[in-house]
Amino acid sequence: MADFLMPSLGADMEVGTVLQWLVKPGDAVKRGDIVAVVDTEKATIEVEIFQSGVIQRIVVPEGEKVPVGTLLAVIVTNGEGVVAAPEAKPKPAERAPVVIAPPPPAQPAPPRIAAKPAPEPAAPHRARISPLAMRLAMELKVNLATVKGTGPEGAVTKADVERAAKAPPLPTAAAPVPKPIEEPAPAALPKPAVAPIDHHTAMRKVIAAAMARSKREIPHYYLGTHIDMSKAMAWLQAENLKRPVTERLLYSVLLLKAVALAADEIPEMNGFWIDGAFKPGEAVHVGVAISIRQGGLIAPAIHDVGKKNLSEIMASLRDLVKRVRAGVLRSSEIADATITVTSLGNEGVESVFGVIYPPQVALVGFGKIVERPWASGGMVGARPVIMASLSGDHRASDGHRGALFLNTIERLLQVPEKL
Amino acid sequence: MTPDAQKVKITYREAMRQAIRDALIRDPRVFLMGEDVGAYGGCYAVSKGLLEEFGPDRIRDTPLSESAFVGAGIGAAMNGMRPIVEIMTVNFSLLALDQIVNNAATILHMSGGQFNVPLVIRMTTGAGRQLAAQHSHSLEGWYGHIPGIKVLTPATLEDARGMLWTALEDPDPVLIFEHGTLYNMEGEIAADAGAVEISKAAVRRAGTDVSLITYGGTLGKTLQAAEQLAQSGIDAEVVDLRTLRPLDTETILDSVVRTHRAVIIDEGWRSGSISAEISARIMEGAFYELDLPVERICSAEVPIPYARHLEDAALPQASTIVATVTRMTGGHG
Repeated sequence: MADFLMPSLGADMEVGTVLQWLVKPGDAVKRGDIVAVVDTEKATIEVEIFQSGVIQRIVVPEGEKVPVGTLLAVIVTNGEGVVAAPEAKPKPAERAPVVIAPPPPAQPAPPRIAAKPAPEPAAPHRARISPLAMRLAMELKVNLATVKGTGPEGAVTKADVERAAKAPPLPTAAAPVPKPIEEPAPAALPKPAVAPIDHHTAMRKVIAAAMARSKREIPHYYLGTHIDMSKAMAWLQAENLKRPVTERLLYSVLLLKAVALAADEIPEMNGFWIDGAFKPGEAVHVGVAISIRQGGLIAPAIHDVGKKNLSEIMASLRDLVKRVRAGVLRSSEIADATITVTSLGNEGVESVFGVIYPPQVALVGFGKIVERPWASGGMVGARPVIMASLSGDHRASDGHRGALFLNTIERLLQVPEKL
Repeated sequence: MTPDAQKVKITYREAMRQAIRDALIRDPRVFLMGEDVGAYGGCYAVSKGLLEEFGPDRIRDTPLSESAFVGAGIGAAMNGMRPIVEIMTVNFSLLALDQIVNNAATILHMSGGQFNVPLVIRMTTGAGRQLAAQHSHSLEGWYGHIPGIKVLTPATLEDARGMLWTALEDPDPVLIFEHGTLYNMEGEIAADAGAVEISKAAVRRAGTDVSLITYGGTLGKTLQAAEQLAQSGIDAEVVDLRTLRPLDTETILDSVVRTHRAVIIDEGWRSGSISAEISARIMEGAFYELDLPVERICSAEVPIPYARHLEDAALPQASTIVATVTRMTGGHG
């Protein structure tokens, strides 16, 4: 049995609204399937599941807003017996009946991989939390979704909250810091309908929180270097001539690939600062800062950029931009980025020294490509030049390594055919 | 009370008698009337000896008509006297309900403030003496519903001794409910014990883990339960309401704010009771302080039985209080 929880889709996400379930009890799911659509303050996210198995029970109904970490659904993982889903809505006081039954023998119809929305009215799940415990949790900034109740019928009481407040926070990759809860009633207030979210205002708030936290907590250092792009641009022009229009590459793809390969070489730039220590990323997932037309920005990840070829990166980028504009992203894209790249070239500026997106430890900025006089080998010529910058977290790395990192990007861009 | 103050041994019955006697001596307008209060000495022997001491003008036996003698008391009070009217039990007071609710409680209002009714009505209430359903009920909560009267429930010797005089000084009607099981309660009080104030509840035992809120006949059982709970490490606070109308909400909430848990012990029936009112006020005033739902221990919703074991089973007992609090707290403070 596994719990499917409201994921943290970004360092500063505290609550999410389940807009739609794409599965219903009894449906088989496999790792990576999109099972629900969740609205955060920033965007509408398609949430993937990380266990394979069969959905046993959906706990949070559509339209309900719950804190990160709240149980959304229960999954019987592969190898376990199928657990009979309760037919009727269980009363809040009751525990879900756990009846281990063999798979139904009569109709061994293969469980569907659900793709269509299944409007299953889920059982209301009302947490028992005493008013005092609720108030204390707000004062002590305890996330009630993580507190185990020991009071009558499992109610969370004052003692439980005080105990939780004393315990060290549980570290997770995506949610490295204990979060103050703004919503005092996790899973306790079923909302009748999906409250429309003002994404613009909400996003400014989220960006404000993340950026303020970054500048408050992260001791940034900044490095910049000019990179001669003549070889890269020449190669790209030649390469694009060979390609059909729809498959042509943007120079950003070269930059992303170079950043990813450099991050592989200098791993201090790639990962997270969590609980006072650097945790290297398991792969290089490059977050790409994409501005949203209505305002605000989001930096979803392209996975494993270092292992993708340029065409694949281009396809991913195109897909990502399209979905950002449409406001539909996947949970893994939101949560997984290990380093972020921002490019303000299109806006005409030559350099950008960005603010690191916590808990990441580095942000690479690119300005626009401009023709500049460039001295090389005793000769001066006009070259396309781009300014690459690094905002580094001084807790995780030093300027020396940061300089090596930028130099590596420069070196890689001089041999574009190898990217 | 100073440590060297002289103490005297006294019963609740004697304390009440002293209070009446004191009032008769201090104020010539005071007189006592009711069924069998004179020659017989009162059916609970509270007024024993008073007829001999004060004579038939001030200790007046009445016909068996609650409506008539309560009405006469109202008239006397309106005309400047300070009558103490004794009704045998709260069950019989229902025969005078019209006089109490429609007249005593309303005349000040109906006369545009011209006439006060400085009347005191004493009556016995409660069960526990095998007097069966027509002499055992606890209806003081009903009276607590009525604006225009005050409802006192002395549960200690000091209050039995001291509430009457303060009630007589009040310009409006005051009802005093004496729980029948208390008359034989014996203890020591200061020899110079006198009038007490009647507007505040009292914390009879300070504690930190749970507020046990009660009054009258169940105060003793509640204190007993608190001592038993203390042995298992649960430190209960016991609040004696003393006055059911007006309720001292402040003292109740002050206690609950400190303990975060409340149990109300009320010998009345649960439905529509004073315990329901208290529970509601706690919810209104201290919702965010509550760590557990408010609980109530009340009498079984049956006419109080005659048979001893059934009567015991119907009433709140120290053991039920202990069991309830233990269950609520999981056995620890």
